[in-house]
Amino acid sequence: MNKQEALFSYTLRLADNGLILSQRLAEWTGHGPFLEEDLALTNIALDILGQSKSLLEYAAQVEGKGRSEDDLAFLRGEREFYNTQLVEQPNGDYAKTIARQYFVDVFDFHFYTALANSKDETLAGIAAKSIKEITYHVRHSGSWMLRFGGGTEESKQRLQEAVNDLWRYTGELFEMNEVDALLIKEGIAVDMTAVKAAWDKQVLNILNEAGITTPLVAYMQTGSRQGKHTEHLGYILAEMQYLPRVIPGAKW
Amino acid sequence: MSNNDTQGTLWEVFLQRKPGQPFVHCGSLHAFDKEMALQNARDLYTRRGEGTAIWVVPSSAIVSSSPEDLGPFFEPANDKVYRHPTFYQIPDAVKHM
Repeated sequence: MNKQEALFSYTLRLADNGLILSQRLAEWTGHGPFLEEDLALTNIALDILGQSKSLLEYAAQVEGKGRSEDDLAFLRGEREFYNTQLVEQPNGDYAKTIARQYFVDVFDFHFYTALANSKDETLAGIAAKSIKEITYHVRHSGSWMLRFGGGTEESKQRLQEAVNDLWRYTGELFEMNEVDALLIKEGIAVDMTAVKAAWDKQVLNILNEAGITTPLVAYMQTGSRQGKHTEHLGYILAEMQYLPRVIPGAKW
Repeated sequence: MSNNDTQGTLWEVFLQRKPGQPFVHCGSLHAFDKEMALQNARDLYTRRGEGTAIWVVPSSAIVSSSPEDLGPFFEPANDKVYRHPTFYQIPDAVKHM
């Protein structure tokens, strides 16, 4: 693997996380618990889609094989997606959507803060622009974590179940492979060790404050770095890619 | 709006378009607490760069005049033109007067 291939793979991984998560969040459009929250989550979905779009555009450019950002989004199969399994997990109830979002938001905050110092100017630029949006996302999902935890017995129970269900997917966020190793040497990629320490501290802190027990899970799910996914991703892609697959080259 | 509304309480939103300008009422929203009211106001009313600062106020905290007050409150001013500062020159440097 050369530097260009590694950079393509790395950028695509980041783009896929945002693309699949925003697709998941978009499922809430028109179904939010109430109007204001419906709009808030849609705003966040759009922020994340915007970040992903910039990354896909850059990935297409780095690859240099004539594929466009749309080709990358709509014409790849399930095993060619490298998003973490966490972001493809179903929305469930609002507590589950919020728990998933909070785990991702805190990760993104620390990850992109570090990526803003990347020697790759494009990645650093996208990261710096994203941080302001992500700072708000953390505030939004974090305040809901506390509200569910400190709300009623039922809201607390639902948040606890959501955290229990999702915890096993959080290990993957910090996995590194040969792509990371090569790009860390170049000063481009982020060393996940420091990101994990910051994530652990912040997440454990809020779980504690929300009165939620941190799950003790011996086994963490893995595989997305090799394109292995849970059964859910295929359904997301079927819906997301339907139109460009059925009407190739369609403009809208 | 039904009586068994579960969307929280009503809040009024005031936006300041630029620093130094007055806060102007721009609408209302539902929320369960102060932080949620502030976040909802941000998401509902400032998506297109409309403001630089937000106030949210519980609607119940606002004291309003009633339609019956229209006559006694406001009509006596109608025939007192001398209360208008129309006899002064306003310097060009004074804005928002």
